[in-house]
Amino acid sequence: MKVRTIMAIWAGKAAAAASRVSGRGGGTAIAGLAAERFDPQIVRHLASQARAGAIAVTGTNGKTTTSLMLSRIATAAQLRPLHNRSGSNLMRGVAAMLVEEATIAGSIPDASRRLAILEVDEATLPAIVDAVQPRAIVFTNLFRDQLDRYGEVDTVAKSWERALAATATDTAPTLVLNADDPAVAHLGRGREAQALYYGVDDASAGGSSDEHASDFRTCLECGGDLAYDVTYYGHIGHWRCTKCDNARPQPSIRVTRVVLGDDVTSLTIALPDGEMKIALPLAGLYNAYNALAAVAGAIALGLPRDAIVTALEGFSAAFGRQERFAIDGRDVQVLLGKNPTGLNQVMRTIAARPGRKRMLFFLNDGIADGRDISWIWDADYETLQPQTDWVLAAGTRAEDLALRLKYAGFGNDVAIEPETSAAVARALAATPAGETLYVVPTYTAMLDVRELLAKTGGGRRFWEDDAVAAGSSR
Amino acid sequence: MTDVTLRVAHLYPRLMNIYGDRGNIMCLRRRCEARGIGFELTELSVGDALDPSAYDLIFAGGAQDREQRAVADDLLATKAAALRDAVESGVSLLAVCGAYQLFGRFYRDASGVELPGAGVFDLYTENPGELVARCIGNIIAEWAPGGGGATVETIVGFENHGGRTHLGAGAQPLARVRRGRGNNGADGYEGAVYKNAIGTYIHGSLLPKNPALADHVLRVALARRHAGPELTAIDDRAEDRAHAAALSLRA
Repeated sequence: MKVRTIMAIWAGKAAAAASRVSGRGGGTAIAGLAAERFDPQIVRHLASQARAGAIAVTGTNGKTTTSLMLSRIATAAQLRPLHNRSGSNLMRGVAAMLVEEATIAGSIPDASRRLAILEVDEATLPAIVDAVQPRAIVFTNLFRDQLDRYGEVDTVAKSWERALAATATDTAPTLVLNADDPAVAHLGRGREAQALYYGVDDASAGGSSDEHASDFRTCLECGGDLAYDVTYYGHIGHWRCTKCDNARPQPSIRVTRVVLGDDVTSLTIALPDGEMKIALPLAGLYNAYNALAAVAGAIALGLPRDAIVTALEGFSAAFGRQERFAIDGRDVQVLLGKNPTGLNQVMRTIAARPGRKRMLFFLNDGIADGRDISWIWDADYETLQPQTDWVLAAGTRAEDLALRLKYAGFGNDVAIEPETSAAVARALAATPAGETLYVVPTYTAMLDVRELLAKTGGGRRFWEDDAVAAGSSR
Repeated sequence: MTDVTLRVAHLYPRLMNIYGDRGNIMCLRRRCEARGIGFELTELSVGDALDPSAYDLIFAGGAQDREQRAVADDLLATKAAALRDAVESGVSLLAVCGAYQLFGRFYRDASGVELPGAGVFDLYTENPGELVARCIGNIIAEWAPGGGGATVETIVGFENHGGRTHLGAGAQPLARVRRGRGNNGADGYEGAVYKNAIGTYIHGSLLPKNPALADHVLRVALARRHAGPELTAIDDRAEDRAHAAALSLRA
C-alpha cells in the first residue's frame, strides 16, 4: 500500500466526517474529491481488493434501481457489496464509497466476499472501466437526457464504444445488453462472444407505437429507418432496419410473460437453462426491464438463482423511485421523472393505478437536472390530465411547467409554488388522510423532497442507508 | 374568422425534434384554435415532395448530427428548391436550431469541408471543432416586431449549438442578444430573417412562452391569403408568467 493511498483514505474520511457534522449533503462528492486529490488512482487501488470483482451498471434510466437490485442479490448470495448506492455515480462518488469502506490502514475488510457494484454515469463509464476492469457491464438503455451536459445522445453512445475498445481482450467484460434498445444492442456488434442479451418477448406489454419521445429512429449501421414489430415504450421494442440486416438480436435471457399490477409486476423469465418466476413488488414496465437487467447481470456473474428470486421478491424501491412515505395518514409516493421517456413511464404507471389523482410536479434546472428544460414538451403530461383532481407546479422552473400543464389541459391557471417546502406543505394540506399524493420531481428536487418527507415522516436520509443495509445484512 | 385556416407543413417531425420542437407546433395549433382559426398540419419526411404553394407556414426543428446528415441529403434531393420557391413567393418559414443551420448556404465542419445547405437564408455556419466550447445556456434576445418599429419585445429560451453562424448581406438578424451567445457569440446578433422566413437558435420550446413572436408568425403566415387577419387577445397569463420568469434566469 502506497503512502499516498493511505493519505487519500484519511483525507476522504475526514472530509466525509466534516460534511456530516455540517449536516448537509452526505459528503459523497466532497469525500471523493478529497481522496482523489491525494491519490488519483484511489478507485483502482481499492476496488482491485474485492476478490469477487466488479460489475458496472450504466444507461440513461434505471441504473440506480438495477444496481440496488444487484446489490440485494449479491447480499442474498452471501457476498458483501461495495455499492455506491447514494446515486453518486461519478468517479468521485465511487471513490467516496470505497474510502468509506476501507480501513485507515488502506485495506477493504472481508475482501474475499466483496463484490463491487458500481452505478456509473453514462459519461464516466470509460474512466471507471479503465480503473476497475469490471467482470461485467450492464447497459440499461439510452435516451435523451441532460443534453446541455452530455451533448447529444450519439455522444454518449460513442463514449461507450470508446470504453469497450479500451478493454483488454484477455479480461474482456461480459456485456449485458438490452436487445430491445437499438443503441444498446449495437454495442454487441462484432463482440458476439462477450455479449449477453436480455429482452422482453411479450407483445401484450406493448404500448403505443407512436410515443413522441423516441431517440433512435435510424439504423446505427446504415442510417436506414428503423421499423418496429412491437414497441414497449420510447424506442424500446422489437426493432429492425428497413434497409440492412441490422435487427434486434435474439436475447438469451428474456421475459416471456409480464403482468403489470398496481403494486406488483409478475415476470416469467426464460433462461438458457430453464425458467424463473418473480413477483416483483414494483409497478411499471420500466421496472420489469430493471429487474431483467439485474437478473442478466447476476447470471453474468454466476450468482445463484435462489438468491436472485429471494432478493427481487423482497425488493423495496431505491430512494425517490416509487418510494412511499406515510405522512399523518397520507400515502405519499415519490416517483423520479427526469427525462421524457422516464417521465412518460412514470406517468403511465400512475395512470394505471385506480382512483383520482393528486399530483405535485417539480421542475428544477440545476446542473444535475439539466439546465435546458425544453424536454418537458416531449413528455406526455396529457396522460394524467383526465384523472387529476388537483395539481401543483413546483420547482425552480415552476412557471415553465405550469405552461406545459396548461397545454396538457390542466387549466389556464395551474398553481405555482417555486419553493420546495411550501409546495410540499400545500400538497399535503390538499390531500385528506387516507388518500394518496403523487410527487413527481426531477433529480435535485427529488433529493430535497425526500429529505423533507424523511424529516416529517421519520424515514432515513439516503446516505444513512449504507450503514443500515450493511448492519442488517449480517 | 371561421373560414380561415392555417396550413402548416412540419418537415422531418420524427428526425428533427431534439429540443422540444413539438411545443412549437402545439403552440401554433392552440393559438389558432383559441381564435376559431382552422389548423391543418402536414408532416413531411424523407422522400416526401414539398409543394411550394400548398402551405402558409413551413416549420422545421433541431436534430442530432446523425439525423441531421440523413436529413441534409434528403433536403437537397427532394425539398430545397421547393423551399426556396416557397420563401421567395412569401410563404412563412420557421427554422429552429439544426434546421436554421441546414437552411443556410453551407455548413463548414471542423475539418473545413463545406456541406451545402438549402440556401434559403444568406448565411453560413462553421463548426470550430471540439476544443471550442458549445454555446449552451439560457438566452434573452431583443426583437422589434415588423422590423425596426418602436416596440421592442424579448425572446426567451435556451440555446445549445456548436456551430457559429454568420449572416450575409441578404439576411437580416432576427434579434439582438441581451444575455447569451446567439448566432456566433461575437457580433451580438441572434437568428436571421429573409422575407417571411425566420431562423433562430432559440428553443425552449421557442413559441409557447414567447406569445408575441408566436402571434407575429401566425399573423404574417395568414396575411398572404387573408387580408389583415385580426388576432384577438387570448388568455396568456401562464405564457406571460413563464416569459417573465425566464427574463431573470442566469445565462
